[in-house]
Amino acid sequence: MSLSNMKLKVTVWRQAGPNAQGAFKDYDLDNISPEMSFLEMLDTLNEQLNDRGEEPIAFDHDCREGICGSCGVMIDGVPHGPERGTATCQLHMRKFQSGAHIKIEPFRASSFPINKDLSVDRSAFDRIIESGGYISAPTGTAPDANLIPIPKGVADVSMDAAQCIGCGACVAACPNGAAQLFTSAKIQHLNLMPQGQAERWDRTINMVDTMENFFGSCTNHGECEAACPKEISIDFIALMNRDFVKAQLKQRRLAGQVFP
Amino acid sequence: MTLESNIPEGAIADKWDNHKFNVKLVNPANKRKFTIIVVGTGLAGASAAASLAELGYDVKIVSFHDSPRRAHSIAAQGGINAAKNYKNDGDSVHRLFYDTVKGGDFRAREANVHRLAQVSVNIIDQCAAQGVPFAREYGGMLDNRSFGGAQVSRTFYARGQTGQQLLLGAYQAMMRVVGLGMAELYNRTEVLEVVVKDGVACGVVCRNLVSGEVFSLAGHAVVMATGGYGNAFYLSTNAMQSNVTAAWRAHKQGAYFANPCYTQIHPTCIPASDDFQSKLTLMSESLRNDGRIWVPKEANDTRPAAQIPEEDRDYYLERRYPAFGNLVPRDIASRAAKREVDNGRGVGPQKNGVFLDFGAAIDRLGEDVIRDRYDNLFEMYDRITDENPYKMPMRIYPAVHYTMGGLWVDYNLMSNLPGLYVLGEANFSDHGANRLGASALMQGLADGYFVLPYTIGDYLAPMLGKPVVTAADPAFKAAETKVGDLTKKMLSIKGKRSVDDIHRELGKVLWDNCGMGRTEATLTKAISEIPAIREEFWTNVKVLGSNESMNQSLERAGRVADFLEFGELMCRDALHRKESCGGHFREEYQTEDGEALRDDENFAYVGAWEWEGVGNDPTLHKEQLTFENVHLATRSYK
Repeated sequence: MSLSNMKLKVTVWRQAGPNAQGAFKDYDLDNISPEMSFLEMLDTLNEQLNDRGEEPIAFDHDCREGICGSCGVMIDGVPHGPERGTATCQLHMRKFQSGAHIKIEPFRASSFPINKDLSVDRSAFDRIIESGGYISAPTGTAPDANLIPIPKGVADVSMDAAQCIGCGACVAACPNGAAQLFTSAKIQHLNLMPQGQAERWDRTINMVDTMENFFGSCTNHGECEAACPKEISIDFIALMNRDFVKAQLKQRRLAGQVFP
Repeated sequence: MTLESNIPEGAIADKWDNHKFNVKLVNPANKRKFTIIVVGTGLAGASAAASLAELGYDVKIVSFHDSPRRAHSIAAQGGINAAKNYKNDGDSVHRLFYDTVKGGDFRAREANVHRLAQVSVNIIDQCAAQGVPFAREYGGMLDNRSFGGAQVSRTFYARGQTGQQLLLGAYQAMMRVVGLGMAELYNRTEVLEVVVKDGVACGVVCRNLVSGEVFSLAGHAVVMATGGYGNAFYLSTNAMQSNVTAAWRAHKQGAYFANPCYTQIHPTCIPASDDFQSKLTLMSESLRNDGRIWVPKEANDTRPAAQIPEEDRDYYLERRYPAFGNLVPRDIASRAAKREVDNGRGVGPQKNGVFLDFGAAIDRLGEDVIRDRYDNLFEMYDRITDENPYKMPMRIYPAVHYTMGGLWVDYNLMSNLPGLYVLGEANFSDHGANRLGASALMQGLADGYFVLPYTIGDYLAPMLGKPVVTAADPAFKAAETKVGDLTKKMLSIKGKRSVDDIHRELGKVLWDNCGMGRTEATLTKAISEIPAIREEFWTNVKVLGSNESMNQSLERAGRVADFLEFGELMCRDALHRKESCGGHFREEYQTEDGEALRDDENFAYVGAWEWEGVGNDPTLHKEQLTFENVHLATRSYK
């Protein structure tokens, strides 16, 4: 039904493996429908490559509903491409003009090494979570859920942070390759909640320390917020910084007694 | 071999408590001597891995994702049921149990369902303690909504992202134990074989998806939480990588596959737009709380929705099912939509959808209220279709969504292979022939947090001090060789057709012949066609690249090869079940009003299939189901 009438030139980063030398390669496509998602355009290109005996382009993707955070490429230098608040899988070709020349690269950050082509290794994010991105509540220990009332406003803001999909666009967008937006969203989701108070200060210090082992430093460019497919606010970075300063004080043996 | 369900004695409400007391325990100091391999990190796998490691077991976790947080549980939108009765509207454990058995069209095991309802309340407590940001009332208490065919409000939710938040809770609990060194995580690693020695599951063979390295993990028990098989149909709401491979390879090692014909077709998905379509997108069922479903009364009415006056609209669910209206269970809503579209009353450019209209709700409640409830869903719909649901009705159509069938398990969640446990969507046990909305999240977390941690000790305790099979055993070496050979074979065919092309062909055969409606004729046709597609795959597939690097075509090829065998079993199961129940609708067996007609006399059993080799008829084993607490009755939602 839809018109398969778009013609495109795409320039794609090809890299055979983690240690291989990569290079850009051009491909021409016609019969792209504006109804296609960006990843369906890549599927179409891959079918054509396979047909002519060229190995298809590796790229990460899974749910294609914008929630799993697997997908993500640089599209003309912008993580997830031109549409605000949209993951690559939810971007549709109707956002491009026929005849467009699109440059597609993996997320670029030294802490996200390339596996192959457009696929990167984001396991540094898992290292940040395992250093403190949880509330220690072993199974079976929980009291009745309504014993801890949480004001709706607090639950809502916590949810605003918690909806981070862990895609890494914030890191890719940052000129410093910093992971402040991801880390602060994860910290504040838990630090805002009454259940998260017991571990609040240790969590903040441990996660920030781990983050700094892998990623660059924040210099307030704000590119992360603009690139985030969930439009997570950089206000969470400010909250994280506040908690980090307080946590540092609390770690001092004497000062920790004075500042509750 | 007879199927021992191991359902405990006693009254239904006492079975689980009695059983927890009667199972053997492993001393806390001895737990670390037992290695448990958990395959899959969705709700069931992540919650099991975290809970088992917290108990002190040595846990190895395998996930094919780059991060375990990406498992497809994350995409569940609507919510999770629990019998908390926070709304004071008459809910109880017994009511949730009753609704689930009835909703499953009397094809689930009563004892399992009752246990599920019992532990549902603990799940909410556990998740709230972990910091899952559930929706709240202004007083700070948890909010609930009614969902998917329930007449009480028992569904807890976190905006339209409940699955995401519950999974992150379980993932975070799991990463905590990984960080503390209590569990070991293997990400981007796919299980390609289950190793069985002397009839006992003792490990798995894996492939590292980045380096191609094949290696084995040995353990005292293997826990499979690998999700459902909906992607056999090619187009479904499942994530692109969801597959049946681990479960299927366990099946080929002797684990029985139960009720594979029970597939759930979800009524509210965005209709397919064209051949290039790679997957279908679900619109949460919660939309049916405020949306009204209708089609034009006259076939081939091509006026835009806004120009069709009230008197020319047929709100067919409200008309046919006045008591439940737009909230009838999924199987009924799906079939009703199919009937309208088949009768030429479909809407949209391809006439392949029905309207889901929020006009009346917006008039009644205001756009702000609707925005507050559904904005992320409306936005997603707009992004995909370029149509604004605040201004015009959504178009929806049913799509494959969930699979109730799965590997057969007993009450302890152990398959017929000792040492192999199966959790979540990958097993068959709790949803019968149809799953109610918001029950998948409940089951995944029940199995992982509150069932397996108790039942697995009963199996492990007697193994203390006994010799174990290690990964150096010839059984593991043979399995590794087999995995390597299969890979080599797929790479060496060098045919003409891509993996996806063949998968699409299989998917079409399954959807056309074993989809929402099935008949003896269509199923026989599918069973005769699938072997030819399989033959085509093994002689004409084209998989480029090598084993020694990341190779997504190779990954997909292995999964499609398994779907090509599995699809046939699904059709055989559907053919043998000469009745209609839940998601299995045999057109020959229906009431005068077109509802599913069960045959309790002859088919009130679980059909568990034993593998007999490619192309051979599998052997059927039956587990008779008894209904002592919820009496067999025809489901009526009128």
